[in-house]
Formats: sequence, C-alpha cells, structure tokens
Amino acid sequence: MAEERIPTVVADGVHITYRVHGAKGGKGSATSALSRIVSRRPAVGVREVHAVRGVSFASYRGEAIGLIGSNGSGKSTLLRAVAGLQVPSAGRIYTAGQPSLLGVNAALMADLTGERNVVLGGLAMGMSRREVKDVYEDIVDFSGINEKGDFISLPMRTYSSGMGARLRFSIAAAKKHDVLLIDEALSTGDAKFQARSKERIGQLREQAGTVFLVSHSNKAIVETCDRALWLEAGTLRMDGPAAEVVAAYEEFTAKPKPKPKAAARK
Amino acid sequence: MSGARPTLRQYIGQLWSRRHFITTFATAKLTAQYSQAKLGQIWQIMTPLLNAIVYFFIFGVLLGTKKGVPDYVPFLVTGVFIWTYTSSSVTAGTRAISGNQGLVRALHFPRASLPLSLVLQQLQQLFFSMCALVVILVAFGQYPRFHWALAIPALICQSLFCAGISLIMARLGAKTPDIAQLMPFILRVWMYTSGVMWSVEKLAGSHEGIPSWVVMALRCQPAAVYIDMMRYALIDSFHANQLPPHVWALCLGWGLLFFAGGFVYFWRAEESYGRG
Repeated sequence: MAEERIPTVVADGVHITYRVHGAKGGKGSATSALSRIVSRRPAVGVREVHAVRGVSFASYRGEAIGLIGSNGSGKSTLLRAVAGLQVPSAGRIYTAGQPSLLGVNAALMADLTGERNVVLGGLAMGMSRREVKDVYEDIVDFSGINEKGDFISLPMRTYSSGMGARLRFSIAAAKKHDVLLIDEALSTGDAKFQARSKERIGQLREQAGTVFLVSHSNKAIVETCDRALWLEAGTLRMDGPAAEVVAAYEEFTAKPKPKPKAAARK
Repeated sequence: MSGARPTLRQYIGQLWSRRHFITTFATAKLTAQYSQAKLGQIWQIMTPLLNAIVYFFIFGVLLGTKKGVPDYVPFLVTGVFIWTYTSSSVTAGTRAISGNQGLVRALHFPRASLPLSLVLQQLQQLFFSMCALVVILVAFGQYPRFHWALAIPALICQSLFCAGISLIMARLGAKTPDIAQLMPFILRVWMYTSGVMWSVEKLAGSHEGIPSWVVMALRCQPAAVYIDMMRYALIDSFHANQLPPHVWALCLGWGLLFFAGGFVYFWRAEESYGRG
C-alpha cells in the first residue's frame, strides 16, 4: 500500500500568525486613542495571534482526515491555509489540485429563496450555469428540504438551523473536489441526514481524493475518518488512526488539567 | 503552491468564466435589499422618487438654487440620479472586499468579481431610477425624442468609470477599512462641487474671484462630466454650449483611464485580499 500512495497535501513546518486590529490591551476610549495619535506611539491596537505553530503532515489520495482539538486550537486556521486562503507566516504548504473549503455559506443570502441560493452557491463555487442546472434537482433532493412541503421556494431566513445547514452541505457537496475541507458541517441536521452526508463524503473520497473534516463530534470523526490529526494550542499533538487519536483526545479532555498520570493508560 | 497571483491575461479569463456569478450576485443583492419590506420591489422605484422630492424641496423651494436654471426639476433629478450612481459605486467598492471577508476567505474566485458585481447592482438600480426619471421628464414637458439616445453611450462611459473607481476603492478599503468611515465626507464635498443641484458655471459666475481654471477643472472632472452629458441628452433647454469642450473625449477618456488603471491596480494585490 505504501508504494502507490499519492500525496495530495503536504504541510511543512507551517506557522500562521494573524494581525488583529482593534484588540487593544489598554483603555479603548476616544481620548486615549487621541493621546496615542498625538504622542505618536506605534500601533497599539494591533496584536499578533500565533494560531498555528509549526505543523507538518502529508495527506494522501483516498484518505479522510479528521481534525480534532479544543476550541481555538487552530483547526479552522489550518484548513484555511490548506485551501490557500491564508498565507503561512513560515513554512510551506504544497497541494495537488485545488483544495476547496466547504464554505458556500458565505455566498448565500438569507433573504433569498432556497432556489436562488442553490444557483448562487453553485455559481460561487465556480460551476457554469449549465452545470448548476444539471445538479439542481440532486441538490434539492439530497438536502431533503422539500420532504415536508415546498420549502425551497421560501426565503432561507425562514429555515430552521438544521434545514439551513442541510441545504448548505448539499450545495457544497454537489461539486467534485480534489481536496475537500469541511469545517463543522455535520454537527447540525438530524440522524437521517447525518447518515446521508457520511455516505456522500465516502463518495467524494472515491471520486477525488482527500477529505479533511473539522468536528467536535468525536463520533463523527471515528465513523467518517480513517486518520485524525489532533491540534492543541496550535501544535500537532498526535497524528494517527482516527480511533486511537480520538481515544487519546477523549482522555485528555476528560481531565481539565492534564496531570502526568494521564499518559499512563495506553 | 496554494495562493499565487495569476497573470493579467489569466485573470481576465477567470473573470470571464465567472460572469454568471457576477451577474447573479448583483441581482441577488438587489432583490435581497427590499425583500423584508411589505411593498417589496416597489421600493426600487419609490426610493429614487422620494430622494428627488426631498432634494427638490430643499434646493428648489427652500434655498432657491433654481434661479436661472430652466427646467429645474428635470435638471435636478437627472443630476441626483446620475450622481447617485457614481457615489454609490464608490461606497459599494470601498466595502466590496472588507464587507465580504467571509466570502473571500471561504471560496476561490477572482476577487474583482465583487466590486464589479456591486457596480452592476448599482447600474441595475440606476435603471429603475431612469424609469422614474422618464416619468418626471414627461410630467415636466420633456417628451421622448431621438436625442435621448445619447444617454446610452454616456452611460456606458460612466459605467466604465464607476467600475474603475470601485476597483480602486475596493483595494484601498481592503487594506485600510478606516477609509469607509472617511468616504461619506469626501463624497459630500465631491457632490457639492459637481453641480448636482446647481449649475457650476452659473454659481461661479455669481462669485467674483474664482479663477477660471478652477471652474474649468470642476466642469471637467468625471462626476460633473457624466451628469452634464445626461442633462444634455435628456433636457431640451440644456444646450451643447453648457458642456465643457471636448466632452465626448472627456467622457470616454475618464472611463477608459479609470477602468484600465483600476483593474490593473486591483489585480496587483489579488493574492492579498482576505488575509488580514
């Protein structure tokens, strides 16, 4: 097996730092801002956040990789860097094909009907008008939006959060992806839909290659992924088979402050 | 490697392949705007009409700027609508990238799609305003005639200009979001010096001591040129001698200059958008 593994994403010592404006440590009043301008003290409002610290990994075709870790551990940032939407401040990311973030939500508008959002989302992902037309029925059927009546012709703001999430995932999954990056898409939606999306992720893996999945549901990771990366405070803590990594992570989260004895059970 | 800038030729190709996204996004924005209102899309035409009425009340009735300007209502309303197209293109451009960070961070597409799409939205909005304008023109005795066709080349040139300036503002606004706070003031000054509610020429004539080159510069700057072109096309009493010299050259020149310049300027920072 090791012979014909084709790498899709290679991350080499990746560091990512954000610059955040308006994150002042001191007083944020207008007078203090004015006094800063007058006294020409340099950029107090800018703070750097070191979100990812030296992460290296390689992913191969046909893999589904789960990313786990507590809130703010740098998972989403890392995904954005893989998608090429964030430049690493140090290190490099090499990709085969175009990784795409399952992030159509940003293109959708709550005031428009589901129908128009399907078209808009498809076009935003780079489909042609014809391609959108071809997959339109599939998207609507897959989302199951119309199972309880004609909801697709209602504005999206009238949808429940689960319905919205289902439609978003359905739109995003309608396109063929080389490397698909999914950030917390499956946490909403009922059991039936979760099963269906799991199946869809499987299909996407067969078609194209690699699927990355960020989720706080350990169960979803174990069931959909064969490998997992565990990020903690921006560093890669563990990389291995999904079940093992999740088990270690669960043990870690069970104890709020990891004492040395936490590593004992192995 | 992820995230390198395409060549200018590739970039134009990418934009062309995204043309449907650009138009759909524009229409979607336009529709979403009034979808919560009870009267819905009627506001598309109500908003410019109400605007025109307010300006007429303030500048025509209260301040009496209409003195010496024949057909003042058509003059004013044309000015307001054409100016609104320019100014809203600038405003929309400023927020095109900074206001759509989510979209820029989540999806790959040529970023110029956003400012271009937003200008297209303004153009669609102008189309509704123009419908209202035709009603007003007819109501004030300006009947459709062949001369009105001049409005089309004038609008095309103005659209080039608006797209260009929107691209420039998009790059500036993406790098320095503070510009969005500053723009209303700059736009207001620009509006008052563009002769939206009065004739720059007549106003300058009543104030001694304004050098003639200043007046000429005010009449030749793009916003004023496009307003006066439209008045010339639509209003009988607005004659060619009220236009600055070489007006068609100015019209096209400003359009091409800003469009080409703005496009290249925007493209040169393509890879940096959305990475604060």
